[in-house]
Amino acid sequence: MVGYVLKRLGLAILVALAVSMIAFLLLRLSGDPAIALAGEGARQADIELIRKTYGFDRPLPVQYVEWLGKTVRGDFGESVYFRSPAAPLIFSKLQTTMMLGVFALAFALFISVPLGVAAAVYRNSWIDRLCLALAVVGQALPNFFFALLLIMIFSIWLRWLPVSGSGTWQHFVMPTIALGYYAAPAFMRLIRAGMIEVLEADYIRTARAKGLPATQVIFKHALRNAVVPVVALAAVQLGFLLGGSVVVETIFALDGLGYLAYQSITFKDFPVMQNIVLLLSVIYVVLTLASDIANAWLDPRIRVA
Amino acid sequence: MASSMDVAAVALEPGGLTTLAAPGLARRVWKNKAVVVGVGLLLLIVILGVFAPLFAPYDPYVQNLENRTVPPFWYDGGSWVHPLGTDPLGRDYLSRLFYGARISLLIGISVAIMSGLIGTTMGMLAGYFGGKTDLVVSFLVTTRLSMPVILVALATVALMGGSLWVVITVLGLLKWDRFAVVMRSATQQVRSLDYVAAAQAAGASTPRVLLGEVLPNVLPHLIVVATLEAASAILLEAALSFLGLGVQPPLPSWGLMISEAKSYMFFSFWLIALPGAALAVLIFSINLAGDGLRDLLSPEGRA
Amino acid sequence: MSAVLREEPVPDTVLDVQELSVDIATPHGPLRAVRDVSFQVKRGETLCIVGESGCGKSITSLAVMSLLPAAATRRAKQLSLLGEDLLKATPKRVNALRGNRMAMIFQEPMTALNPAYTIGDQLMEVHLVHRGGGAAKARERAIELLGKVGIASAGERLGQFPHQLSGGLRQRVMIAMALMCGPELLVADEPSTALDVTIQAQILRLLADLQSDLGIAMVLITHDLGVVARIAHRVAVMYAGEIVEEGTAESVFASPRHPYTRGLLSCIPVPGRTERGGRLGTIAGVVPSLIGDIRGCSFRDRCAYARPECAVAVPVRREGAHAWRCIHHELPAERPEDAQRP
Repeated sequence: MVGYVLKRLGLAILVALAVSMIAFLLLRLSGDPAIALAGEGARQADIELIRKTYGFDRPLPVQYVEWLGKTVRGDFGESVYFRSPAAPLIFSKLQTTMMLGVFALAFALFISVPLGVAAAVYRNSWIDRLCLALAVVGQALPNFFFALLLIMIFSIWLRWLPVSGSGTWQHFVMPTIALGYYAAPAFMRLIRAGMIEVLEADYIRTARAKGLPATQVIFKHALRNAVVPVVALAAVQLGFLLGGSVVVETIFALDGLGYLAYQSITFKDFPVMQNIVLLLSVIYVVLTLASDIANAWLDPRIRVA
Repeated sequence: MASSMDVAAVALEPGGLTTLAAPGLARRVWKNKAVVVGVGLLLLIVILGVFAPLFAPYDPYVQNLENRTVPPFWYDGGSWVHPLGTDPLGRDYLSRLFYGARISLLIGISVAIMSGLIGTTMGMLAGYFGGKTDLVVSFLVTTRLSMPVILVALATVALMGGSLWVVITVLGLLKWDRFAVVMRSATQQVRSLDYVAAAQAAGASTPRVLLGEVLPNVLPHLIVVATLEAASAILLEAALSFLGLGVQPPLPSWGLMISEAKSYMFFSFWLIALPGAALAVLIFSINLAGDGLRDLLSPEGRA
Repeated sequence: MSAVLREEPVPDTVLDVQELSVDIATPHGPLRAVRDVSFQVKRGETLCIVGESGCGKSITSLAVMSLLPAAATRRAKQLSLLGEDLLKATPKRVNALRGNRMAMIFQEPMTALNPAYTIGDQLMEVHLVHRGGGAAKARERAIELLGKVGIASAGERLGQFPHQLSGGLRQRVMIAMALMCGPELLVADEPSTALDVTIQAQILRLLADLQSDLGIAMVLITHDLGVVARIAHRVAVMYAGEIVEEGTAESVFASPRHPYTRGLLSCIPVPGRTERGGRLGTIAGVVPSLIGDIRGCSFRDRCAYARPECAVAVPVRREGAHAWRCIHHELPAERPEDAQRP
């Protein structure tokens, strides 16, 4: 187990480095960063000054190493738009987005696990078909459209929830649903497929032969074995959710990292933009690593080798 | 134990072309309602989009400020002059929807082709040669998977300016991961089969083996992934355009239409409902067709 | 034959099966997998159901335990455990009986245990579900039974996972698990088939010892006549879904009345009797299709003694506790040619 963890950790670090390189180069896409930072109508002298101050005149690899060194130490540079250090700005919004991501994931699992189990247990019945139909429909709705629909129903018509902002827990309800529903069909199918396979297993027949109640057979014996790929997918999906929060946060003006990303992109605030991409990528790498480890732990054959 | 690569891989059933080619294909296709409905709907949308100039009653770009925000025919104040109403600039909505189909379909197909080429090449090479090639490809895929697509796309578009072709290029260069993963698995399965060995024994060069023996047999999996990725690309473009960083006005991208109608949605709900429904129906039909195709591929029928 | 391992049974019918039939739905019509099978098993007695693959013996055992797949339908004139009607029992009642009054062990010990839970957990849960009482009692009982099935350091084993045990050990655990609540009936479906030859003998010995110790009724499914010889009091020979011969092990082995039984016995090499280099018997032909109407004797196409009447109806003949389905009361003495037909 320890060997496995170390190997995975090594790989994760390599990936994180690769991602940092891409994030670094992303900024250079628009051409000369000095011009971009100087803004419109800047004089040549100003551009040169910026170039010298930020070290854009040095070779690229040197710039990368220096940038990486600063970033790792928590110095993300300064936000061009907000005119304040980027790091505290980014981290202050991170919590909101993490909360949203976790809630959305929980919501997705909350609806998909029972549906997936039901679809598998009553395979090929109307329940199964209904669940699959819901899955297909759910995946066809664009999330921004669904978010607008939710606003129409819950804010305008029913007046139960606030349209936008991020003060109270009510502000999180619709964003959670809008972000989470799209992940549900994938989980549902995975659980359904996993359960169908597991329910055919010999040890399920043994459990039935022991006279265990049906709920125990399904949830203790079957689901426990079917859930392993779901854990892996859950971590991966959380990463996607965090990245995909841009749209939802922007629609609901929820003050998180996604919304900050949108603002920074719109206002060409490159340091912030670059570091958000890097931060989310690193979080994703960490999540994948955690899921690999959880996966290994869940399988006693690896845990107790 | 699953790495992120395995998790991201679609479960592959054995089968492929041999299953498709089995007798009774027509009957099985007909019996599989999903494929019939999905492909049927899809065909309808494609026809409407491709022949939009024939079907659309008006030019989608012509503004008519005297006829702003006219409701569809089933509302009071609506009429068959503009069956689905007009947008806040007086442009006929039905025509815009038809032309919008072109944009979505173009995005879906182009991105699927571009990312398909990249990802399939990578996947097939990794699956066929294994070893170091496989390690490199796996590493690239893991790295790509770690990056939030929509953010990177947004940032790139912001840096390079928004337009249809920028969107297609960016998405095409980003969305190859699933192709790589699935094609890698499929190639691994096929690699050890007899006819591949036979071709190698006959002295066929590697590209010939890959293109001549491996590709035809992983083709069905490729098609399934392509449909999924096309649908995903369409949704991404819609989201990008919705945020203002995709296709630019006055192009009638459905996502852009929703964005333009956002502030009117409380009073003129159809302005967002119609393009939203159009997107949903298109994605639905693609997914249905893809699912049905996958069912057709697995020898036992139902996955 | 090898030494017998059993004692005289105490009369008391534990399992009563009369005219049990199982049909399996197929696209081509119902497959009649089990046809009017009847047998009884008494306390302390072992009944072996023997037959080739596909003869319906496993399905019979699943039918008794109410573990049939969804596509199968079960009918019987009588199916009762210790006098209680299993046909009319509610699912809840059936669950209460399974693992408790009647238990089953299966062929593949490698896959029959849940890889995610410890041996102890899986042993104890049966006891907890049926007997309540709490974890301590269940644990005590588990250790007791592990000892009974010959597993040393039982306490340690409880905390282990299935993948840490060998096939033979797993099968012992399965047996212990089946006995946790002291059932009166044990159904064993080819319990030794998947194991190494040396382990096979150990497991069978264990089962025989446990039976004489605990007095349970046992139904043992097998295709191996050697197993039958070791452990059976009574034998039922199954062919194409029917029991074609039934009786005490001695009488069936000593004087097989049904041509199929005779064919089976001639297939086994017997030390001292079979000549080195001589041919073993085979039974030519294949099992007939079980879909649709089946009239007359299902063995007639492969039978050396078949007569035209065999296609119409087959009487059941008896002699004491020995019964068989055949037109013949007594077969001609075994012809050397029969034993050597290719």
